[in-house]
Amino acid sequence: MFEFTTKAKQLAIGLTVVGAILWIIGFALNGSSSHEADHGHDAHATEMHADAGHDAHAEEAHDAHGEDAHAAHGDAHAEEAHAAHGDAHGADAHDAHAEHVHHQQQNRPWSALYVAAIFFLGLGLGQLFFLGIQYIAQAGWSAGLLRLMEAQAFTIIIPLLVILVITLLGLGHVHHMFHWMVEGINVPGHENYDEIIAGKRGFLSPGFFIARVVIYIVGWVWAARMLRKNSLLSDSGDGVAMWNKNRKVGAIFTVFYAVTSSTSAWDLIMSIDTHWFSTLFGWYTFAGMFVSSFAAIILVTLYLKSKGLLEWVNDNHIHDLGKFMFAFSVFWTYLWFSQFVLIWYANIPEEVTYYMQRWDQYKVPFFTMLSLNFIFPVLAILSRPAKRVPGTLVMAAVFVLVGHYMDHYIMIMPGTVGDQYGFGLLELGPILFFAGLFIYVMFRNLAAAPLLHKNHPMITESKHFQQ
Amino acid sequence: MGHTKHNPIVRALFNDDDVVLSAVKDLRANGFHVSEVYSPFPIHGLDEAMGLKRTRLSTAAFFYGLTGLFFASWLTYYTMIMDWPQNIGGKPNSMWFLNMPSFVPVMFELTVFFAAHLMCWSYFAVNGLYPGAKAQNPDPRTTDDHFLMEVELEGDEAELNKKLQELGALEISKIEA
Repeated sequence: MFEFTTKAKQLAIGLTVVGAILWIIGFALNGSSSHEADHGHDAHATEMHADAGHDAHAEEAHDAHGEDAHAAHGDAHAEEAHAAHGDAHGADAHDAHAEHVHHQQQNRPWSALYVAAIFFLGLGLGQLFFLGIQYIAQAGWSAGLLRLMEAQAFTIIIPLLVILVITLLGLGHVHHMFHWMVEGINVPGHENYDEIIAGKRGFLSPGFFIARVVIYIVGWVWAARMLRKNSLLSDSGDGVAMWNKNRKVGAIFTVFYAVTSSTSAWDLIMSIDTHWFSTLFGWYTFAGMFVSSFAAIILVTLYLKSKGLLEWVNDNHIHDLGKFMFAFSVFWTYLWFSQFVLIWYANIPEEVTYYMQRWDQYKVPFFTMLSLNFIFPVLAILSRPAKRVPGTLVMAAVFVLVGHYMDHYIMIMPGTVGDQYGFGLLELGPILFFAGLFIYVMFRNLAAAPLLHKNHPMITESKHFQQ
Repeated sequence: MGHTKHNPIVRALFNDDDVVLSAVKDLRANGFHVSEVYSPFPIHGLDEAMGLKRTRLSTAAFFYGLTGLFFASWLTYYTMIMDWPQNIGGKPNSMWFLNMPSFVPVMFELTVFFAAHLMCWSYFAVNGLYPGAKAQNPDPRTTDDHFLMEVELEGDEAELNKKLQELGALEISKIEA
């Protein structure tokens, strides 16, 4: 039985509070330091307007440019159109750009919070899905690890609530992270009118959007609670009956998640770059979440092992978790590359702007992220013995966690803050905030029940698992 | 195979894989040297029970794959950039690196090809498997439903025979080295 000590509790709460304070300080400083943007301004006004990546958030530019610019925007988002409009509106562009940069800076606290929320959502969601898979696959090896997955699945609740609040604030125009939420974007003749986004109004309308977000929250949290409830009931009752119930819950959830993993990725992340679209974006996001959730559960498992708990979890279980992490980091790379190479190869302006912006403005995080998510894990845990040694596994798990935070950063930041990005209090704060809450929720749930199922029908198989 | 010492060999035939596995564990725990087991299929955990060293084939495979990766890099560089520059989607083709993403499928496939094929040939070479090689299994029944264990005879023959019979051996025979 795991005990959530007062010291650990204080650490978790301390992290949360410190993170929140750092974010608030960063928020306050962020507002007062906006004059910094004026410095590099002159250089920006000419350079950046020719940049194709700029149109991701062109709504501020619209204010100053007037109707003729809209024609160029509406037709095609070719680089040429932007270059032309940069020249023609040299003087106006200066002011428009200043406002644009200002908006991007205002977005930064929210984006930073959002990146961390999505990242920590992935840690819980990946293991919730994996937990459902264990039941429908009738997996025996993992029976001794189910309590960890259950506890980790519960950590989705807080990031989900933060995501809900941020999207609601976006609809209330508190920030401008989501371009399609701008007022009048679907009203012909309105100064913010965008023909392409108006064409997506059926899907990206405020009511439907919030309804979907609520459906995700309800569906996912329902699954996490049901799987946990039946698992706890099995300790005092009929293990096989509860296991069968969880098989049904797992099956329903897996079908639900098959759809919602994709649509949630479109809604929560892809809609930030509203003009851009990618058909495998959902799987790509899912793969990133799944692999980072394995990194997290490996760290928790090894932590509990180091405390002398989980004596039924042997090297083979840990090896298998390592295999999953290794396999899905390669799977993530496969999907990342599949998305990248087709867009790079076809070189269609409306698609390739997405990567051009990342290439121009995010080159260092872009390559760091790729190394951390693919090359480092492959070299660290490719060999069999490396997956059975805690040291190398922890190292690879840390690579994966840092790498996937950066991956989410690179998915979200370019569309919301453009080149006004950085890593400071605003980014560090939310990470500590969610990390503290992650530890708190996970450990509280681990302490609430025995770490081993009593009547799970495959518990003996799990104890004798070897490969 | 594998016995360098000139001890006689005792062969014991079994008809169950679990029995063989526990017999191997029992014999080794009692100081006997099990030199070989012939089985129609791989027995889970037998290599550890026999105390076999881990294969180095996987290490070799890593370097075979690396060879494939370098070969593919050279191949794409020579054929697509240097010898006859190809226009790939209108992209600059003066440098291999600028076109690298389009070569990734080739690099991946050749890495796998080299690793898989060379690993396969290495396995054949190390085990002396070639067309026309003589079968090494002493009893053809080990290719169907029987399991044969070879134990080096170092001490008392009667004692070993008794032990093997207790462990469930169906037939026992002695081969002079």
